[in-house]
Parts: sequence; C-alpha cells; structure tokens
Amino acid sequence: MKFYEYMGYELIEKIKNKELSIPELIESCFHRIEETEQILHSFVALSKEKALEKAKSLDKDLEQGKKIGQLYGLPLANKDLICVKGFPTTCSSKILQDYHPPYNAFVIGKLVEQEGAIHIGNTNMDEFAMGSSTENSCYGPTYNPWEISRVSGGSSGGAGASISSGQTILALGSDTGGSIRCPASFCGVVGLKPTYGRVSRYGLIAFANSLDQIGPITKCVYDSALMLEIMSGKDPLDSTSVDMKVDKYTEELSKPIEKKILGIPKEFFGEGVDNEVESAVRKAIDKLESLGAKTIDVSIPHLEYTVATYYLICMSEASSNLARYDGLRYGNMSDNLSGDVYDVFSRTRGERFGPEVRRRIYLGTYALSAGYYDMFYIKALKVRSLIKNDFVEAFNKCDSIVCPTMPLTAFKVGELIDDPLQMYIADVLTCPVNLAGIPALSIPCGFDSNGLPIGFQIIGDYFDEKGILNIGYQLEQELNIYRKMAPAAKGGK
Amino acid sequence: MSSQKNEVVIGLEVHIQLTNLKTKLFCSCSNNYRGAEPNSYVCPICIGLPGSLPAINKKAIEFATRLAIALNGNINESIYFFRKNYFYPDMSKNFQISQYNKAGGKAFADGGQITIKLNSHKKDIILNRIHLEEDPARLVHKGSIATSPYTLVDYNRSGVCLIEIVTEPVISSPEEAREFLKQLKSIVQYSEISNLDYEGSVRVDANISIRGHERSEVKNINSFREVERALRHEIVRQKNLLKRGKLLAQETRHWDDKRRITISLRTKEFEADYRYFPEQDLVPIEIDDEFIQKVKDELPEMPRERSIRLRRDYNLSEFDSDNLVLDKDIADFYEDGVNSDASFGPDEYKQFCNWLMNDVSRWLNEQNKTINDTKLHPHQIVDLIKYINEGKITTKIAKTIIKDMMEGFSISEILEKKGKKRISDEKLLNKFGNEVIEENPNIVKDCRKNPKAIEALIGRVMAKTRGQADPHITRAIMLELLKELGIIT
Repeated sequence: MKFYEYMGYELIEKIKNKELSIPELIESCFHRIEETEQILHSFVALSKEKALEKAKSLDKDLEQGKKIGQLYGLPLANKDLICVKGFPTTCSSKILQDYHPPYNAFVIGKLVEQEGAIHIGNTNMDEFAMGSSTENSCYGPTYNPWEISRVSGGSSGGAGASISSGQTILALGSDTGGSIRCPASFCGVVGLKPTYGRVSRYGLIAFANSLDQIGPITKCVYDSALMLEIMSGKDPLDSTSVDMKVDKYTEELSKPIEKKILGIPKEFFGEGVDNEVESAVRKAIDKLESLGAKTIDVSIPHLEYTVATYYLICMSEASSNLARYDGLRYGNMSDNLSGDVYDVFSRTRGERFGPEVRRRIYLGTYALSAGYYDMFYIKALKVRSLIKNDFVEAFNKCDSIVCPTMPLTAFKVGELIDDPLQMYIADVLTCPVNLAGIPALSIPCGFDSNGLPIGFQIIGDYFDEKGILNIGYQLEQELNIYRKMAPAAKGGK
Repeated sequence: MSSQKNEVVIGLEVHIQLTNLKTKLFCSCSNNYRGAEPNSYVCPICIGLPGSLPAINKKAIEFATRLAIALNGNINESIYFFRKNYFYPDMSKNFQISQYNKAGGKAFADGGQITIKLNSHKKDIILNRIHLEEDPARLVHKGSIATSPYTLVDYNRSGVCLIEIVTEPVISSPEEAREFLKQLKSIVQYSEISNLDYEGSVRVDANISIRGHERSEVKNINSFREVERALRHEIVRQKNLLKRGKLLAQETRHWDDKRRITISLRTKEFEADYRYFPEQDLVPIEIDDEFIQKVKDELPEMPRERSIRLRRDYNLSEFDSDNLVLDKDIADFYEDGVNSDASFGPDEYKQFCNWLMNDVSRWLNEQNKTINDTKLHPHQIVDLIKYINEGKITTKIAKTIIKDMMEGFSISEILEKKGKKRISDEKLLNKFGNEVIEENPNIVKDCRKNPKAIEALIGRVMAKTRGQADPHITRAIMLELLKELGIIT
C-alpha cells in the first residue's frame, strides 16, 4: 500500500511508531501530485519547498522528543480563499492575482502552526466560491478523479479531487450553499459543514458572510472529526464565532447509534432526485436501521423556496463583500488607467472578475437597491426564518436528518455551465442547511451505474456535530467503501 | 416668529471622533493617529484586507452610552450595525460600517436634546438620534483637489470611531446653531470621550431650507467655527435666489472653506443609493439597564449641574456660572484657584471669575489656545487678586501683565522685571506733586471752580511714575498741596 492510501489517523500512528518519517510522507505526497496533477488540476499553487523544510524541522523536533502537535506533519491542502501568510491566496480570481496575505487565517493558525499540519498548497475552486463545479475558476476546472470528463463539484472542487486522488491527506474547504458537501459527494469523500459560528471565519475571504463556514474534507469521518476538534472554538476576532464547549468528536464516533431517531424529509427525495441516488441513499438508511437506529418521516415544507431564498441572500451579501476589490490597495488593477477613479474601478472589476461573479454582483446590487430591498432582500430573510423553523420543528422529533447530499452524481464538464439556473438548482438539498445555520456531513454511500460516487447527507441540530459524526462513522464502517480509491489515483484513465 | 416669511429651517448632522479611545472602532490599532507616519497605524481589519472581520471596541459602546445619557437620549437595548455601500478611494472596503434607523435598523439612541440660551431666551434643540460609525481614510492632495496631480490615501484614520449626532430640523438661525455646537462641545468634553480641539475631530453636514422650499445639504464643514459661516452664506444664497423668483433645487452642496462659498455637488436625482443592509459580521450587542445604570453612576458632573453648583457654592450669577462651566478646563481652573486660598469669599469669587472670563479668555481666544496650552497656574490669579486688593498694584497694571502670567511667571517676578511696584513713598510723591503743580498752572487755576480738575493733576503724577504711584496716597497728597496753596479749602 502507498502512504496516500492510508487514513490520516493511521499515518499519525505510523509516524509515532517511526515506521514512517514526516519528510517521507510529504515527499510521497508531492510525488503523487506530480503523477496526477496534470490530469486533475486540483491545485492552483504548491508550496513544495516550504513543506519539505517544515517536514524536516518537525521530524527533527520529534527525534528530540519535542511536542509537534496532534497532526504530526500530515499534509494539508488549503482552499484558495483561506489566508496563508505570505502565500498567494487568490480565490481563483484574476482580481487577486499575486495577492499574498500578511496574516494567517484562524484555522491555519490552529491546524498548521499549533497542531503541526503541513501546508502543501492551495486548491482550485470556483471564483470566490461561486459555483457548484469548479468550472468558474480563472485557472480552469478541476476534473473528477473518478472520471476525468466530469466535474469535481464545487466550489471546493480542488479540495475534493485532491483527497479522493490521494494528493493530500487533509483538506480545508468552505461551504456557503454546499461548497464542501457537493465536491465531497461528487468525489466520493467525506466533507463536513459545521454549525455557523462553530469555526472562526477570520481569514476566510467572504463570499456570503452570513452563510460561509470553513470545514474539513478528508477520506474518512475520523479525520474530519479530528480536524474539527482542532479548528472549533471561540475566536475573539470573529464575533460570530460561538463560545461553547468543543466536544471530543473523535471519542464519540464509536458510540452505538441504536437509540438515534433519524428523520427522513420527504421533500429531499422529491422530483429532480436521480433514481440511482435515491436508491443508494435508501439502502444506506436501511443499514443504519440495521444498526438499531429508528426512522421517522419529517417535513421541511419550505424547501421549494430555498434555492430562490439562498441565491437572493448570497448574491446580496456578495455584492457588498466583493466591493473592496477595486485594485487600489492589493490585487490586480486594469492596465488602462485612463479616466477618473470610477472609470478605473469599473474597468478593473469588469476585466478582472469572471462572468459568474459579475452576474452575482449585478443581481445582488439590484436586490439591495432602493425600491427592491423590501421586495427581495427582506422577503428572503423572512423565508429564511421559515426554513430555519422547519428544521427546528423537525429536530423536535428526531436527532438527525438523513437524505442525499446532491440530487445527482457528477455531471460532465461543460454540461451546465451555460445554464446557470440548472446549476443553481443542484444546490437544493445543501443550501437549506446554510440558511438554517446547522451542521451537515456528507459521506460516500455507493456508486451509480457509471461508477460515480453518491453522497449521503446527515444534517444535525445546532452544534450537534458530535451526533452527525457518530452516525456518519457508524455508516462508514458498515458500508466499508471508504478505502476505495478513485481510478485517477491508479494512474488516471 | 414661526409664521414669518423666509423662516429658516436648519438640521445638523455632527460627526465627532471619539479621540479619547485608545484603539479604533473595530480593531486594536491606535486611535491616536495624528502626527504619525502615513499608513503606519493600520492592520488587516482597518484596511479591509480580504478575510478580515470587524470586532467591536467595547469602550466605544461605553463612550456612546455616556454621551447618550448626557444628551438625554433613549438608548436602544440591542445595538447592531449596517453597511452603507458606496465606492470611494477613502473607503477600505467600499462600504462603511455604520448604524441605520430604517430598513429594520436602529440608531444607538433615539431622541434627546440640548438646551441653548440666546439673548436670555431658552430653547430646546431636539435630537433625532445618535449613532456610531467608522471614519474613512484621509485623502491628501497637493494644493487644492481640482489641481492636485495625485491623490494620496492615508489609512491611519480608517476605522477611527465616529459618533454622529443628528438634530431635528428645529434650528432657526446660524446663531442658534453656534450655541448648540458650543453646548454640544461642552457636553462632549465633560463626558471625557473626546477632545474636539484636535484638528479634524469634527465634521458637520447641515440641512438648510427656507420654509416651504426645497432643502440643500451642505457637506464638508470641518470645524464648529465654520458652521456659522457656512450657514450664513447658504441662507443668503437661497434667499437671493427666491428674491429673483428662482426655484430652489433639492441638492447636495460642498462648503469650500477657502473661498467661503457652497458649491453644488449633485441634485436629488443623482443621489447615491447606499443600499443599507445589516452588517452580519458583528453580532448584536445587548445593552441592559444594569450597564446603563453603571455608566450613569460613573458619569462625571455635566456642565448644567456644575453651573447650578457654582452658583450655590460661589455665589455667582447665572450668566457667570453658565459661561464659566462651558469649558471644563476653565471651570476646573476656577475651582482649583478659589479653593486654594481660605481667605477668599464671595467678592474674590466674583473677581476670579471676571479675570478668567474677561482678560484670560480674551487672550486665549486671540491666541487660539486653551487654558491647558498655557503655563498659567490658578495660584497666579489668586496672587493677582490679592495684590490688587492689598493695593500693591492697580487694576490697570494688572491687565498689562496677563500676557507674562500666561508664560508662567509669578507676579513678583513680572513686577520686578518691569519695575512696576507701586510707589507709596510719600516724600517721592510729594516731589512729583509739586512738579506737576508747577508745570500745569492752568489746571491748578481750574481747580478753584471745578472740583474734578484734581483728577487731571493726579493723572499727571501717574504718568510721571508710569502708573506706579499709589492712587490713594497721591490723591491725599495732591489735596494737601492744593490746600497749602489756598486753591481749595
């Protein structure tokens, strides 16, 4: 077995037992990247030299018996919108080319500086996290390791592909309407979107700040639980982060789930959900029942409004969050500086933002404008609270909700890119979770007839990451498909 | 008054920096940027770097609470912020984090008032609201904006805490506006939240109209002094247009303090749409009664209470005490002084007040200084009063040495240096008296029928001694000499 075929927690044991050195692990990981990157295009920038340097220094510290943190030099692929000090962080956008943040995001501080993960590079994504396929990247798409003619999902597509192909062991994603869970589902890996406020957003470049959350993407539930344990907690620099005890998620995974009540929302199995997806998800539910969990029907009656609500809110927020990119202080300015300051701002933004980002800025600006604000933005906020209430009511009856992550498996590159509305509708089962601010986990539960992975979504009550990780782990062990590597991982197709 | 034609209606929006805060509103950069190297007091938050988030400065909430209490406003129990979206190079994020009282938002506090007195007539200026917001960066030009070949941006000011005080449109004249701002400045000083003497710590926008006509908003008035001037100009401009039968347009105008005129910036149809919406990076801050009570208990004495107390403790008139308390430093100086000498009573209290409010204040105004900028110590005024009351110097001389006292010199030092000790040596004065009588036969003759003519002779003696002759002794000697000559009986 190659090192990259192991789970993170197994590698940690190997490093502890001196079966493997940290430089060996990092080198093997870069070797794997060299093997596969030309096909997949998961990364937008690599940090090989620094990573190897840090690997050596951690190794030396370990030799000398020093503490090197809980992650023992595991490689970490960072999404290109989480700030790493001195490393280009560009949101896969032309407007942030050559932008080197002068500070580390909170999560980088925790995972890399404090607990000894090694940052190996930044992964590809839809520009400013706007998209569900990573086709909206200024660097071009990331291809799906299971079948390279297909998309890797998005917006954290690079992260999903890098995990499923064994290019890295740990990855960071961000999830605004499904951006962690969609690529996890399409690439057959584990992705967790935590409760809003569980993980500090300090250093996460905002797309829609009332919805964004950072979360882990890994090969197995245990590794995600471990990352979350480290990343969670109150950060004084993010006022929306919550001061609440962080559970020992890894210690709760093996608890029996026989008393759990799982809610099955009929709306999540409705029109538009692929038959093969539905059947794989139902089979997985049967497995959970066989482990002793009870199931009941629940309802999220406002699901039909969620896509419209979600897009109104995220576009409105984005129109304001992205206003700062004018080229004046950092990033990239138009080559043509003629005219007044407004001419230069407009030209810079017109040239340097991609079409999907521009579309969302236009629509968001429109929705917040005088005369439309009440009709669109305020109304969307009202529907948002109705959706929230739907979940609150559902969680009065059940512990967690189980359903598909995506209504379909990975589509072909180019298939939906000219039909933004169709692309938006693909978020229907993930974005209600962000509107409510609750946590959700996606794990692979099977394959369709094309051999493409199918994602199983477990949605939890506020701050019940413990509960969904527990169910996810039990199902993962029962299904036992999590070691299956994507074909691209065997040298490509 | 109110039904009169051409009635002026003014509403003010006053932005003041909370200069007494140590750090900016949403980050831990120093608030005290004045004189610093440009762009040296900055961090990812105040220059709006991607991924940074604002975190509220709790002291700013306390300061705003102090002011709201002092202005008698109703503090909202839940404080949240809104984004005001517009593009401008001084905006690090191209939106300003502010508060908004529409679109579901609330101000920091609603209502409140300041009582002003003009020509012994009292009037309450009612406030609409106060709210907190961040200051944009400072744009620096070479010469005037119009001709400068470049614009430099200094983000040191970006994120400094501003508090905006918005009045109802109830101000009827530039003089009322001046009095309002005077009182506001005083309250801010007493609340210990800001020093409004710092350059750039105050910016005022004024809404001005002639009742029944469209209003204009005059922006960019950068000091309290300029407000009265800008208002006067704008009122005259509007009245002149009306006189000529023109219509007034609703517009935004800019106060050009060099040319002292207002210039049209844009008319109503080109007004910016700020697309206010909630700033969700900041969670709402709950302000409970307990907190308000605590701030209230710790609130320093306000000018109005102090004035009442000074009247009672020092037997001052309402006019004197109201003037005295306006500048807290002057009032502190006063109390330090009159309390430092146990022999002082109501007469001295009044004298001290007069010296402070007349000669000292006049000098400060002329020099554009505050009392703390000088080396004047309360004890010097105490000495001054004693010297006068003990007949050691005349009031006239006292007035001439104020300037030196400001430099910190004691009265004895000044008098020694100037040789201005009072001459009470009778022999010497006798000699001067005889000289004067010899030199002015006409005046002496006049003394026979005009009893007031003696004053002219005394004045001549004073002139000979450069004002140092003791006036009482001089008078006695002159009377004696004239009697001896048989001029008077």
